[in-house]
Amino acid sequence: MAVVFKRPHALKDIPMHYCPGCTHGIVHRLIAEVIDELGIEGKTVGISPVGCTYNNYEYFNCDMVQAAHGRAPAVATGVKRVNPDNIVFAYQGDGDLAAIGTAEIVHAAARGEKITVIFVNNAIYGMTSGQMAPTTLVNQVTTTTPFGRKPEIHGHPINVCELLSTLKGAVYVERVSVHDIKNIFNAKKAIKKAFKVQMANLGFSIVEVLSTCPTNWGLSPVEALKWLRDNMIPAYPLGNFKGKDLEV
Amino acid sequence: MGEKLLMKGNEVIAEAAIRAGCRFYFGYPITPQTEVMHYMAKRMPEVGGTFVQAESEIAAINMVYGAASAGGRVMTTSSSPGISLMQEGISYAACAELPLVMVNIVRCGPGLGGILPAQCDYFQSVKGGGHGDYKMVVLAPCSVQELYELTVEAFNISDRYRIITMILGDGILGQMMEAVEFRDVENIQNVEKPWAVTGTGMKREHNVITSIYIDPEVLEAHNRKLQEKYRLIEENEVRVEEYNCENADVIVVAFGTVARIVKNVIKTAEKEGIKVGLIRPVTLWPFPVKTFEKYATVPKAFLTVEMNAGQMLEDVKLAVNGKNKVDFLGRMGGMVPTQKEILDKIKELIW
Ligand SMILES: Cc1ncc(C[n+]2csc(CCOP(=O)(O)OP(=O)(O)O)c2C)c(N)n1
Ligand code: SF4
Ligand SMILES: [Mg+2]
Repeated sequence: MAVVFKRPHALKDIPMHYCPGCTHGIVHRLIAEVIDELGIEGKTVGISPVGCTYNNYEYFNCDMVQAAHGRAPAVATGVKRVNPDNIVFAYQGDGDLAAIGTAEIVHAAARGEKITVIFVNNAIYGMTSGQMAPTTLVNQVTTTTPFGRKPEIHGHPINVCELLSTLKGAVYVERVSVHDIKNIFNAKKAIKKAFKVQMANLGFSIVEVLSTCPTNWGLSPVEALKWLRDNMIPAYPLGNFKGKDLEV
Repeated sequence: MGEKLLMKGNEVIAEAAIRAGCRFYFGYPITPQTEVMHYMAKRMPEVGGTFVQAESEIAAINMVYGAASAGGRVMTTSSSPGISLMQEGISYAACAELPLVMVNIVRCGPGLGGILPAQCDYFQSVKGGGHGDYKMVVLAPCSVQELYELTVEAFNISDRYRIITMILGDGILGQMMEAVEFRDVENIQNVEKPWAVTGTGMKREHNVITSIYIDPEVLEAHNRKLQEKYRLIEENEVRVEEYNCENADVIVVAFGTVARIVKNVIKTAEKEGIKVGLIRPVTLWPFPVKTFEKYATVPKAFLTVEMNAGQMLEDVKLAVNGKNKVDFLGRMGGMVPTQKEILDKIKELIW
Protein backbone atom coordinates (compact mmCIF):
# COMPACT_ATOMS: atom_id res chain seq x y z
CA MET A 1 0.00 0.00 0.00
CA ALA A 2 1.45 3.40 -0.93
CA VAL A 3 1.68 6.00 1.79
CA VAL A 4 0.28 9.29 0.48
CA PHE A 5 0.30 11.35 3.66
CA LYS A 6 2.64 10.98 6.60
CA ARG A 7 4.26 12.91 9.39
CA PRO A 8 7.23 14.93 8.16
CA HIS A 9 10.53 13.58 9.47
CA ALA A 10 11.39 16.98 10.97
CA LEU A 11 8.46 16.60 13.41
CA LYS A 12 8.79 14.17 16.30
CA ASP A 13 6.13 11.54 16.77
CA ILE A 14 4.71 12.91 20.01
CA PRO A 15 1.35 14.55 20.80
CA MET A 16 1.33 18.35 20.81
CA HIS A 17 -0.17 20.18 23.78
CA TYR A 18 -2.07 22.84 21.84
CA CYS A 19 -5.81 23.41 22.39
CA PRO A 20 -8.24 21.77 19.98
CA GLY A 21 -8.55 23.84 16.82
CA CYS A 22 -5.44 25.92 17.50
CA THR A 23 -3.57 26.57 14.26
CA HIS A 24 -0.09 26.67 15.86
CA GLY A 25 0.09 22.94 15.03
CA ILE A 26 -0.55 23.60 11.33
CA VAL A 27 2.28 26.12 11.25
CA HIS A 28 4.61 23.58 12.88
CA ARG A 29 3.70 21.03 10.27
CA LEU A 30 4.33 23.46 7.42
CA ILE A 31 7.77 24.34 8.75
CA ALA A 32 8.61 20.65 9.13
CA GLU A 33 7.42 19.81 5.60
CA VAL A 34 9.59 22.61 4.23
CA ILE A 35 12.62 21.40 6.20
CA ASP A 36 12.05 17.90 4.81
CA GLU A 37 11.59 19.06 1.24
CA LEU A 38 14.71 21.22 1.36
CA GLY A 39 16.67 18.39 2.97
CA ILE A 40 18.06 20.68 5.66
CA GLU A 41 17.01 19.00 8.92
CA GLY A 42 20.60 18.05 9.76
CA LYS A 43 21.82 21.63 9.61
CA THR A 44 18.80 23.48 10.93
CA VAL A 45 18.67 25.10 14.36
CA GLY A 46 15.30 26.38 15.59
CA ILE A 47 14.65 28.95 18.30
CA SER A 48 11.58 28.51 20.52
CA PRO A 49 9.89 31.61 21.93
CA VAL A 50 8.04 32.32 25.14
CA GLY A 51 4.34 31.86 24.49
CA CYS A 52 2.12 28.83 23.91
CA THR A 53 4.87 27.36 21.74
CA TYR A 54 7.58 27.75 24.42
CA ASN A 55 8.34 24.02 24.28
CA ASN A 56 8.10 23.40 20.57
CA TYR A 57 11.75 22.36 20.89
CA GLU A 58 10.22 19.04 21.89
CA TYR A 59 8.34 18.76 18.60
CA PHE A 60 11.05 19.48 16.03
CA ASN A 61 13.72 16.92 15.27
CA CYS A 62 16.39 19.50 14.47
CA ASP A 63 18.59 21.14 17.13
CA MET A 64 16.66 23.70 19.17
CA VAL A 65 17.31 26.58 21.60
CA GLN A 66 14.67 27.98 23.92
CA ALA A 67 14.96 31.78 24.18
CA ALA A 68 13.79 34.35 26.73
CA HIS A 69 10.56 36.26 25.98
CA GLY A 70 11.09 38.34 22.84
CA ARG A 71 14.79 37.59 22.47
CA ALA A 72 14.63 34.88 19.83
CA PRO A 73 16.07 37.10 17.05
CA ALA A 74 19.08 37.97 19.23
CA VAL A 75 19.61 34.32 20.16
CA ALA A 76 19.24 33.35 16.48
CA THR A 77 21.85 35.99 15.64
CA GLY A 78 24.31 34.41 18.06
CA VAL A 79 23.71 30.89 16.72
CA LYS A 80 24.00 31.95 13.09
CA ARG A 81 27.15 34.00 13.65
CA VAL A 82 28.92 31.00 15.18
CA ASN A 83 27.90 28.54 12.48
CA PRO A 84 26.92 30.45 9.33
CA ASP A 85 26.31 27.16 7.50
CA ASN A 86 23.42 26.33 9.80
CA ILE A 87 19.91 27.28 8.74
CA VAL A 88 18.45 29.17 11.68
CA PHE A 89 14.78 29.90 12.20
CA ALA A 90 12.98 31.64 15.06
CA TYR A 91 9.35 30.92 15.87
CA GLN A 92 7.65 33.86 17.59
CA GLY A 93 4.20 34.96 18.74
CA ASP A 94 2.82 38.48 18.52
CA GLY A 95 3.46 39.37 22.15
CA ASP A 96 6.94 37.90 21.88
CA LEU A 97 7.85 39.65 18.63
CA ALA A 98 5.83 42.87 18.56
CA ALA A 99 5.75 43.88 22.25
CA ILE A 100 8.58 42.77 24.53
CA GLY A 101 10.88 41.86 21.63
CA THR A 102 10.30 44.82 19.31
CA ALA A 103 13.88 46.03 19.51
CA GLU A 104 15.35 42.61 18.80
CA ILE A 105 13.23 41.93 15.72
CA VAL A 106 13.73 45.41 14.24
CA HIS A 107 17.50 45.28 14.67
CA ALA A 108 17.92 41.70 13.50
CA ALA A 109 16.04 42.74 10.36
CA ALA A 110 18.00 45.97 10.01
CA ARG A 111 21.30 44.11 10.29
CA GLY A 112 20.06 41.76 7.61
CA GLU A 113 20.78 38.74 9.79
CA LYS A 114 20.59 35.65 7.65
CA ILE A 115 17.83 34.07 9.68
CA THR A 116 14.19 33.19 9.03
CA VAL A 117 11.44 34.29 11.39
CA ILE A 118 8.05 32.59 11.45
CA PHE A 119 5.81 35.10 13.17
CA VAL A 120 2.50 33.71 14.38
CA ASN A 121 -0.04 36.49 14.81
CA ASN A 122 -3.13 35.38 16.73
CA ALA A 123 -4.04 38.89 17.91
CA ILE A 124 -3.76 37.87 21.55
CA TYR A 125 -1.51 36.62 24.32
CA GLY A 126 -2.48 32.96 24.21
CA MET A 127 -0.21 31.54 26.88
CA THR A 128 -1.05 33.97 29.66
CA SER A 129 -4.83 33.71 29.11
CA GLY A 130 -5.90 36.20 26.57
CA GLN A 131 -4.54 39.66 27.28
CA MET A 132 -4.29 42.38 24.64
CA ALA A 133 -1.43 41.87 22.21
CA PRO A 134 0.13 44.61 20.08
CA THR A 135 -1.79 43.03 17.20
CA THR A 136 -5.18 42.90 18.99
CA LEU A 137 -7.78 44.46 16.69
CA VAL A 138 -9.67 47.66 17.40
CA ASN A 139 -12.77 46.80 19.48
CA GLN A 140 -11.51 43.25 20.14
CA VAL A 141 -12.37 42.12 23.67
CA THR A 142 -9.52 40.61 25.67
CA THR A 143 -8.94 40.05 29.38
CA THR A 144 -7.13 43.40 29.59
CA THR A 145 -9.48 45.23 27.21
CA PRO A 146 -12.78 43.97 28.64
CA PHE A 147 -14.68 46.73 26.85
CA GLY A 148 -12.80 46.27 23.60
CA ARG A 149 -9.53 47.78 22.37
CA LYS A 150 -9.98 51.54 22.01
CA PRO A 151 -7.22 53.28 20.07
CA GLU A 152 -7.55 56.43 22.17
CA ILE A 153 -6.86 54.38 25.31
CA HIS A 154 -4.90 51.34 24.14
CA GLY A 155 -3.22 52.60 21.00
CA HIS A 156 -3.41 51.12 17.55
CA PRO A 157 -2.52 47.61 16.36
CA ILE A 158 0.95 47.13 14.87
CA ASN A 159 1.28 45.89 11.29
CA VAL A 160 4.57 44.07 11.54
CA CYS A 161 5.17 43.25 7.86
CA GLU A 162 4.49 46.81 6.78
CA LEU A 163 6.86 48.07 9.48
CA LEU A 164 9.72 45.67 8.77
CA SER A 165 9.49 46.00 5.01
CA THR A 166 10.85 49.57 5.33
CA LEU A 167 14.19 48.11 6.46
CA LYS A 168 16.85 47.43 3.85
CA GLY A 169 18.14 44.33 5.65
CA ALA A 170 14.74 42.61 5.47
CA VAL A 171 14.75 41.10 1.99
CA TYR A 172 11.75 38.79 2.11
CA VAL A 173 8.57 39.81 3.95
CA GLU A 174 5.23 38.10 3.42
CA ARG A 175 1.94 37.75 5.29
CA VAL A 176 -0.11 34.56 4.94
CA SER A 177 -2.97 32.84 6.74
CA VAL A 178 -3.89 29.27 7.65
CA HIS A 179 -7.68 29.60 7.88
CA ASP A 180 -8.43 27.37 4.85
CA ILE A 181 -6.73 24.87 2.54
CA LYS A 182 -5.86 27.30 -0.20
CA ASN A 183 -4.24 29.66 2.27
CA ILE A 184 -2.41 26.83 4.00
CA PHE A 185 -0.82 25.96 0.64
CA ASN A 186 0.15 29.59 0.13
CA ALA A 187 1.57 29.76 3.62
CA LYS A 188 3.78 26.76 2.91
CA LYS A 189 5.02 28.34 -0.29
CA ALA A 190 5.98 31.51 1.57
CA ILE A 191 7.71 29.61 4.37
CA LYS A 192 9.66 27.61 1.82
CA LYS A 193 10.74 30.74 0.02
CA ALA A 194 11.79 32.39 3.27
CA PHE A 195 14.07 29.41 4.05
CA LYS A 196 15.47 29.48 0.52
CA VAL A 197 16.25 33.18 0.86
CA GLN A 198 18.34 32.29 3.89
CA MET A 199 20.00 29.38 2.09
CA ALA A 200 20.97 31.77 -0.69
CA ASN A 201 22.49 34.10 1.92
CA LEU A 202 20.36 37.02 0.78
CA GLY A 203 19.42 38.46 4.17
CA PHE A 204 16.64 38.50 6.72
CA SER A 205 13.35 36.79 5.88
CA ILE A 206 10.07 36.77 7.76
CA VAL A 207 6.67 35.20 7.21
CA GLU A 208 3.77 36.47 9.30
CA VAL A 209 1.12 33.78 9.70
CA LEU A 210 -2.37 34.82 10.78
CA SER A 211 -3.42 32.15 13.24
CA THR A 212 -6.34 31.33 15.55
CA CYS A 213 -6.66 31.11 19.30
CA PRO A 214 -10.14 29.62 19.76
CA THR A 215 -9.61 29.26 23.51
CA ASN A 216 -8.90 32.91 24.27
CA TRP A 217 -11.10 34.29 21.52
CA GLY A 218 -13.99 32.36 23.12
CA LEU A 219 -14.97 30.75 19.81
CA SER A 220 -15.29 27.23 18.49
CA PRO A 221 -12.48 26.13 16.16
CA VAL A 222 -14.70 26.63 13.10
CA GLU A 223 -15.99 30.02 14.27
CA ALA A 224 -12.41 31.03 14.97
CA LEU A 225 -11.36 30.32 11.37
CA LYS A 226 -14.26 32.48 10.15
CA TRP A 227 -13.41 35.24 12.62
CA LEU A 228 -9.83 35.28 11.37
CA ARG A 229 -11.03 35.55 7.76
CA ASP A 230 -13.61 38.24 8.42
CA ASN A 231 -11.77 40.38 10.96
CA MET A 232 -8.02 39.82 10.82
CA ILE A 233 -7.48 39.82 7.07
CA PRO A 234 -9.03 43.28 6.55
CA ALA A 235 -6.67 44.67 9.21
CA TYR A 236 -3.68 42.56 8.12
CA PRO A 237 -3.85 42.25 4.35
CA LEU A 238 -2.28 39.08 2.96
CA GLY A 239 0.44 39.14 0.37
CA ASN A 240 4.06 39.87 -0.29
CA PHE A 241 5.59 43.07 1.04
CA LYS A 242 9.12 42.51 -0.13
CA GLY A 243 11.19 40.07 -2.17
CA LYS A 244 8.41 38.86 -4.44
CA ASP A 245 10.74 38.70 -7.42
CA LEU A 246 13.73 37.15 -5.66
CA GLU A 247 14.87 34.13 -7.65
CA VAL A 248 15.69 31.39 -5.19
CA MET B 1 58.49 34.59 28.15
CA GLY B 2 55.84 36.39 26.20
CA GLU B 3 56.06 39.89 24.76
CA LYS B 4 55.92 42.76 27.24
CA LEU B 5 53.82 45.81 26.37
CA LEU B 6 52.49 48.93 28.02
CA MET B 7 48.73 48.73 27.67
CA LYS B 8 45.44 49.92 29.05
CA GLY B 9 43.50 47.47 31.22
CA ASN B 10 40.45 47.44 28.98
CA GLU B 11 42.53 46.64 25.91
CA VAL B 12 44.32 43.89 27.76
CA ILE B 13 40.98 42.24 28.51
CA ALA B 14 40.21 42.19 24.79
CA GLU B 15 43.63 40.93 23.74
CA ALA B 16 43.65 38.28 26.45
CA ALA B 17 40.25 37.04 25.30
CA ILE B 18 41.44 36.76 21.74
CA ARG B 19 44.56 34.89 22.79
CA ALA B 20 42.34 32.59 24.85
CA GLY B 21 40.49 31.68 21.67
CA CYS B 22 37.45 33.94 22.05
CA ARG B 23 36.08 34.51 18.55
CA PHE B 24 32.67 36.04 19.27
CA TYR B 25 32.03 39.34 20.96
CA PHE B 26 28.68 41.09 21.42
CA GLY B 27 28.33 44.34 23.33
CA TYR B 28 26.78 47.75 23.76
CA PRO B 29 28.82 50.90 24.49
CA ILE B 30 29.08 52.14 28.06
CA THR B 31 31.79 54.01 29.96
CA PRO B 32 34.23 53.01 31.44
CA GLN B 33 34.70 49.86 29.33
CA THR B 34 34.26 51.13 25.77
CA GLU B 35 37.92 50.50 24.90
CA VAL B 36 37.22 46.78 25.06
CA MET B 37 34.67 47.22 22.27
CA HIS B 38 36.90 49.47 20.19
CA TYR B 39 39.72 46.97 20.43
CA MET B 40 37.46 44.03 19.60
CA ALA B 41 35.95 45.84 16.62
CA LYS B 42 39.46 46.10 15.13
CA ARG B 43 40.97 42.81 16.28
CA MET B 44 38.13 40.35 15.67
CA PRO B 45 38.17 40.69 11.87
CA GLU B 46 41.97 40.17 11.94
CA VAL B 47 41.56 36.76 13.56
CA GLY B 48 38.48 35.76 11.60
CA GLY B 49 36.19 36.38 14.55
CA THR B 50 32.86 38.13 14.91
CA PHE B 51 32.15 41.49 16.50
CA VAL B 52 28.57 42.73 16.74
CA GLN B 53 27.50 46.01 18.28
CA ALA B 54 24.08 45.06 19.64
CA GLU B 55 21.08 47.36 19.97
CA SER B 56 21.09 47.01 23.77
CA GLU B 57 22.66 45.01 26.55
CA ILE B 58 19.54 42.85 26.54
CA ALA B 59 20.18 41.93 22.93
CA ALA B 60 23.92 41.55 23.57
CA ILE B 61 23.51 38.97 26.33
CA ASN B 62 20.97 37.06 24.25
CA MET B 63 23.34 37.01 21.28
CA VAL B 64 25.94 35.66 23.68
CA TYR B 65 23.34 33.09 24.78
CA GLY B 66 22.86 31.98 21.19
CA ALA B 67 26.57 31.93 20.41
CA ALA B 68 27.35 29.91 23.54
CA SER B 69 24.51 27.50 22.65
CA ALA B 70 26.15 26.96 19.29
CA GLY B 71 29.45 26.11 20.98
CA GLY B 72 31.27 29.39 20.33
CA ARG B 73 33.87 30.79 22.71
CA VAL B 74 32.09 34.03 23.49
CA MET B 75 32.29 37.12 25.65
CA THR B 76 30.51 40.37 26.42
CA THR B 77 31.68 43.34 28.46
CA SER B 78 29.74 46.16 30.05
CA SER B 79 29.46 48.34 33.12
CA SER B 80 26.97 48.43 35.97
CA PRO B 81 23.73 49.75 34.36
CA GLY B 82 24.36 47.54 31.33
CA ILE B 83 25.01 44.53 33.54
CA SER B 84 21.67 45.20 35.26
CA LEU B 85 19.94 44.92 31.89
CA MET B 86 21.70 41.62 31.29
CA GLN B 87 20.44 39.95 34.45
CA GLU B 88 17.57 38.11 32.75
CA GLY B 89 19.97 36.59 30.23
CA ILE B 90 22.48 35.72 32.95
CA SER B 91 19.86 33.78 34.89
CA TYR B 92 18.74 31.92 31.75
CA ALA B 93 22.33 31.08 30.78
CA ALA B 94 23.07 29.87 34.31
CA CYS B 95 20.07 27.55 34.15
CA ALA B 96 20.93 26.34 30.64
CA GLU B 97 24.55 25.81 31.81
CA LEU B 98 26.12 27.85 29.05
CA PRO B 99 29.83 28.61 29.26
CA LEU B 100 30.41 32.30 28.68
CA VAL B 101 32.62 35.09 29.94
CA MET B 102 31.45 38.54 30.95
CA VAL B 103 33.26 41.56 32.26
CA ASN B 104 31.81 44.24 34.51
CA ILE B 105 33.99 47.34 34.74
CA VAL B 106 31.97 48.68 37.64
CA ARG B 107 30.95 52.31 37.95
CA CYS B 108 29.35 53.99 40.93
CA GLY B 109 25.62 53.71 41.47
CA PRO B 110 22.81 53.29 42.18
CA GLY B 111 20.93 54.51 39.14
CA LEU B 112 22.86 56.05 36.34
CA GLY B 113 25.20 57.09 39.15
CA GLY B 114 28.55 58.22 37.84
CA ILE B 115 31.36 56.83 35.76
CA LEU B 116 33.97 56.77 38.50
CA PRO B 117 35.29 53.53 39.98
CA ALA B 118 33.33 51.61 42.59
CA GLN B 119 32.81 48.11 43.94
CA CYS B 120 29.09 48.50 44.53
CA ASP B 121 28.13 45.57 42.27
CA TYR B 122 29.62 42.94 44.61
CA PHE B 123 26.19 41.76 45.77
CA GLN B 124 24.83 41.77 42.23
CA SER B 125 27.66 39.58 40.97
CA VAL B 126 28.25 37.31 43.93
CA LYS B 127 24.76 36.83 45.33
CA GLY B 128 22.96 36.67 41.97
CA GLY B 129 21.53 39.83 40.41
CA GLY B 130 19.08 37.78 38.38
CA HIS B 131 16.30 35.53 39.60
CA GLY B 132 16.65 32.00 40.89
CA ASP B 133 19.25 29.92 42.73
CA TYR B 134 22.35 30.26 40.62
CA LYS B 135 25.98 31.20 40.90
CA MET B 136 28.63 32.46 38.58
CA VAL B 137 32.36 32.45 39.16
CA VAL B 138 33.48 36.01 39.93
CA LEU B 139 37.13 36.95 39.47
CA ALA B 140 38.54 40.20 40.88
CA PRO B 141 41.92 41.15 39.39
CA CYS B 142 43.99 43.95 40.94
CA SER B 143 46.52 44.70 38.20
CA VAL B 144 46.67 44.80 34.44
CA GLN B 145 48.88 41.70 34.46
CA GLU B 146 46.30 39.88 36.51
CA LEU B 147 43.55 41.09 34.17
CA TYR B 148 45.38 39.26 31.42
CA GLU B 149 45.83 36.07 33.35
CA LEU B 150 42.36 35.94 34.83
CA THR B 151 40.69 36.71 31.52
CA VAL B 152 42.43 33.71 29.99
CA GLU B 153 41.54 31.61 33.02
CA ALA B 154 37.90 32.75 32.85
CA PHE B 155 37.45 30.95 29.54
CA ASN B 156 38.96 27.77 30.95
CA ILE B 157 36.74 27.81 34.01
CA SER B 158 33.61 28.53 31.98
CA ASP B 159 34.23 25.69 29.58
CA ARG B 160 35.31 23.25 32.26
CA TYR B 161 32.16 23.66 34.35
CA ARG B 162 29.67 25.02 31.78
CA ILE B 163 29.26 28.14 33.88
CA ILE B 164 29.31 31.93 33.52
CA THR B 165 32.55 33.51 34.66
CA MET B 166 32.53 37.22 35.39
CA ILE B 167 35.53 39.48 35.70
CA LEU B 168 34.70 42.23 38.17
CA GLY B 169 36.93 45.26 37.77
CA ASP B 170 36.49 48.97 38.15
CA GLY B 171 37.25 52.10 36.16
CA ILE B 172 40.73 52.43 37.64
CA LEU B 173 41.71 48.97 36.43
CA GLY B 174 40.07 49.42 33.04
CA GLN B 175 41.64 52.79 32.35
CA MET B 176 45.04 52.21 33.94
CA MET B 177 48.12 51.67 31.77
CA GLU B 178 50.64 49.16 33.07
CA ALA B 179 53.26 46.86 31.70
CA VAL B 180 51.81 43.51 30.86
CA GLU B 181 53.56 40.38 29.80
CA PHE B 182 51.55 38.33 27.34
CA ARG B 183 52.60 34.97 28.67
CA ASP B 184 52.08 32.26 26.14
CA VAL B 185 48.63 30.89 26.34
CA GLU B 186 49.43 27.21 26.68
CA ASN B 187 46.85 26.30 29.18
CA ILE B 188 43.80 26.81 26.99
CA GLN B 189 41.82 23.64 27.13
CA ASN B 190 39.81 22.96 24.04
CA VAL B 191 36.79 21.36 25.59
CA GLU B 192 34.51 19.25 23.42
CA LYS B 193 30.93 20.51 23.38
CA PRO B 194 28.80 17.60 22.23
CA TRP B 195 25.75 19.32 23.74
CA ALA B 196 25.97 22.37 21.43
CA VAL B 197 23.38 23.13 18.75
CA THR B 198 25.40 22.79 15.56
CA GLY B 199 22.87 20.79 13.54
CA THR B 200 22.25 17.07 14.02
CA GLY B 201 23.85 16.19 10.69
CA MET B 202 21.15 13.47 10.81
CA LYS B 203 23.66 11.54 12.90
CA ARG B 204 22.42 12.05 16.45
CA GLU B 205 19.34 12.91 18.50
CA HIS B 206 18.59 16.61 18.49
CA ASN B 207 20.30 18.81 21.05
CA VAL B 208 18.16 21.23 23.05
CA ILE B 209 19.35 24.23 25.04
CA THR B 210 16.65 25.31 27.44
CA SER B 211 16.10 26.92 30.81
CA ILE B 212 12.48 25.90 31.23
CA TYR B 213 11.49 22.88 33.30
CA ILE B 214 7.76 22.84 33.95
CA ASP B 215 7.76 19.58 35.93
CA PRO B 216 8.69 20.44 39.56
CA GLU B 217 10.49 17.16 40.18
CA VAL B 218 12.60 17.60 37.08
CA LEU B 219 13.35 21.22 37.96
CA GLU B 220 14.34 20.31 41.50
CA ALA B 221 16.64 17.60 40.15
CA HIS B 222 18.16 20.13 37.75
CA ASN B 223 18.66 22.57 40.63
CA ARG B 224 20.36 19.86 42.66
CA LYS B 225 22.69 19.18 39.76
CA LEU B 226 23.55 22.88 39.56
CA GLN B 227 24.19 23.01 43.31
CA GLU B 228 26.49 19.98 43.13
CA LYS B 229 28.46 21.74 40.44
CA TYR B 230 28.71 24.86 42.62
CA ARG B 231 30.01 22.78 45.54
CA LEU B 232 32.65 21.27 43.23
CA ILE B 233 33.73 24.75 42.17
CA GLU B 234 33.91 25.86 45.82
CA GLU B 235 36.19 22.88 46.41
CA ASN B 236 38.49 23.42 43.41
CA GLU B 237 38.52 26.98 42.20
CA VAL B 238 39.12 29.25 45.18
CA ARG B 239 41.85 31.78 44.52
CA VAL B 240 43.14 34.11 47.21
CA GLU B 241 46.23 36.15 48.02
CA GLU B 242 47.36 36.04 51.64
CA TYR B 243 50.00 38.61 52.47
CA ASN B 244 51.77 39.28 55.75
CA CYS B 245 49.02 37.56 57.75
CA GLU B 246 51.19 35.55 60.21
CA ASN B 247 51.07 37.33 63.61
CA ALA B 248 49.40 40.38 62.07
CA ASP B 249 47.91 42.94 64.45
CA VAL B 250 45.15 43.68 61.99
CA ILE B 251 44.19 41.79 58.85
CA VAL B 252 42.70 43.97 56.17
CA VAL B 253 40.37 42.35 53.66
CA ALA B 254 40.12 44.04 50.27
CA PHE B 255 39.68 43.03 46.64
CA GLY B 256 40.65 44.56 43.31
CA THR B 257 42.22 48.01 43.22
CA VAL B 258 41.56 48.66 46.92
CA ALA B 259 43.95 45.83 47.76
CA ARG B 260 46.74 47.76 46.02
CA ILE B 261 46.17 50.75 48.25
CA VAL B 262 46.24 48.45 51.26
CA LYS B 263 49.63 47.08 50.22
CA ASN B 264 51.06 50.59 50.47
CA VAL B 265 49.41 51.01 53.87
CA ILE B 266 51.13 47.83 55.03
CA LYS B 267 54.56 49.38 54.28
CA THR B 268 53.79 52.62 56.07
CA ALA B 269 52.34 50.78 59.07
CA GLU B 270 55.42 48.61 59.34
CA LYS B 271 57.55 51.72 59.82
CA GLU B 272 55.31 52.62 62.73
CA GLY B 273 55.69 49.14 64.19
CA ILE B 274 52.23 47.89 63.27
CA LYS B 275 51.94 44.59 61.47
CA VAL B 276 49.12 44.65 58.98
CA GLY B 277 48.13 41.59 56.96
CA LEU B 278 46.05 41.40 53.81
CA ILE B 279 43.58 38.82 52.60
CA ARG B 280 42.71 39.55 49.00
CA PRO B 281 39.97 37.31 47.63
CA VAL B 282 40.68 36.80 43.93
CA THR B 283 37.58 34.69 43.50
CA LEU B 284 34.74 36.62 45.11
CA TRP B 285 32.67 33.54 44.44
CA PRO B 286 33.76 30.98 45.46
CA PHE B 287 34.75 32.99 48.54
CA PRO B 288 38.00 31.92 50.27
CA VAL B 289 36.30 30.83 53.48
CA LYS B 290 39.13 28.49 54.53
CA THR B 291 41.66 31.32 54.61
CA PHE B 292 39.51 33.09 57.17
CA GLU B 293 39.15 29.94 59.20
CA LYS B 294 42.94 29.72 59.27
CA TYR B 295 43.50 33.29 60.49
CA ALA B 296 40.26 33.91 62.38
CA THR B 297 41.88 34.30 65.81
CA VAL B 298 45.25 35.74 64.71
CA PRO B 299 44.71 39.53 64.54
CA LYS B 300 43.13 41.88 67.07
CA ALA B 301 40.53 42.60 64.40
CA PHE B 302 39.70 42.26 60.74
CA LEU B 303 39.11 45.40 58.71
CA THR B 304 37.22 45.16 55.45
CA VAL B 305 37.87 48.04 53.07
CA GLU B 306 35.65 48.45 50.02
CA MET B 307 34.45 51.06 47.58
CA ASN B 308 30.84 50.50 48.61
CA ALA B 309 28.66 50.58 51.73
CA GLY B 310 29.85 47.19 52.99
CA GLN B 311 29.03 44.29 50.72
CA MET B 312 31.90 41.81 50.86
CA LEU B 313 31.81 42.68 54.58
CA GLU B 314 28.89 40.26 54.97
CA ASP B 315 30.89 37.37 53.51
CA VAL B 316 33.88 38.21 55.68
CA LYS B 317 31.66 38.16 58.78
CA LEU B 318 30.20 34.81 57.76
CA ALA B 319 33.68 33.40 57.18
CA VAL B 320 35.10 34.76 60.47
CA ASN B 321 31.97 33.31 62.04
CA GLY B 322 31.97 35.36 65.24
CA LYS B 323 35.52 34.34 66.19
CA ASN B 324 36.83 37.88 65.89
CA LYS B 325 35.81 41.46 65.43
CA VAL B 326 35.18 42.58 61.84
CA ASP B 327 35.18 46.32 61.17
CA PHE B 328 34.55 48.21 57.97
CA LEU B 329 35.77 51.21 56.05
CA GLY B 330 34.03 52.18 52.86
CA ARG B 331 33.84 55.02 50.38
CA MET B 332 31.11 55.41 47.79
CA GLY B 333 30.11 57.43 44.78
CA GLY B 334 33.44 57.11 43.02
CA MET B 335 35.50 58.19 46.05
CA VAL B 336 38.58 56.06 46.66
CA PRO B 337 39.77 55.35 50.22
CA THR B 338 43.10 57.01 50.97
CA GLN B 339 46.08 55.34 52.62
CA LYS B 340 45.79 57.74 55.54
CA GLU B 341 42.14 56.91 56.13
CA ILE B 342 42.92 53.22 56.17
CA LEU B 343 45.92 53.59 58.47
CA ASP B 344 43.97 55.79 60.88
CA LYS B 345 41.23 53.20 61.02
CA ILE B 346 43.77 50.44 61.70
CA LYS B 347 45.24 52.45 64.57
CA GLU B 348 41.78 53.02 66.00
CA LEU B 349 41.27 49.26 66.03
CA ILE B 350 44.45 48.37 67.92
CA TRP B 351 44.57 51.23 70.40
C1 LIG C 1 9.98 38.49 30.87
C2 LIG C 1 8.67 37.82 30.79
N1 LIG C 1 7.54 38.55 30.93
C3 LIG C 1 6.34 37.94 30.86
C4 LIG C 1 6.23 36.60 30.67
C5 LIG C 1 4.87 35.95 30.65
N2 LIG C 1 4.42 35.55 29.32
C6 LIG C 1 4.55 34.29 28.89
S1 LIG C 1 3.93 34.03 27.37
C7 LIG C 1 3.44 35.65 27.24
C8 LIG C 1 2.69 36.15 26.05
C9 LIG C 1 2.93 35.38 24.82
O1 LIG C 1 2.07 35.80 23.83
P1 LIG C 1 2.40 35.58 22.30
O2 LIG C 1 3.81 35.93 22.04
O3 LIG C 1 1.39 36.30 21.51
O4 LIG C 1 2.31 34.00 22.11
P2 LIG C 1 1.04 33.05 22.04
O5 LIG C 1 0.92 32.39 23.37
O6 LIG C 1 -0.16 33.89 21.71
O7 LIG C 1 1.36 32.09 20.95
C10 LIG C 1 3.79 36.35 28.39
C11 LIG C 1 3.46 37.76 28.60
C12 LIG C 1 7.44 35.87 30.56
N3 LIG C 1 7.46 34.53 30.39
N4 LIG C 1 8.63 36.50 30.60
S1 SF4 D 1 -4.26 29.26 24.16
FE1 SF4 D 1 -4.68 29.84 22.05
S2 SF4 D 1 -2.67 29.96 21.03
FE2 SF4 D 1 -2.44 28.83 22.95
S3 SF4 D 1 -2.62 26.68 22.38
FE3 SF4 D 1 -4.62 27.36 23.05
S4 SF4 D 1 -5.65 28.03 21.20
FE4 SF4 D 1 -3.46 27.88 20.72
MG1 LIG E 1 -0.19 35.58 20.41
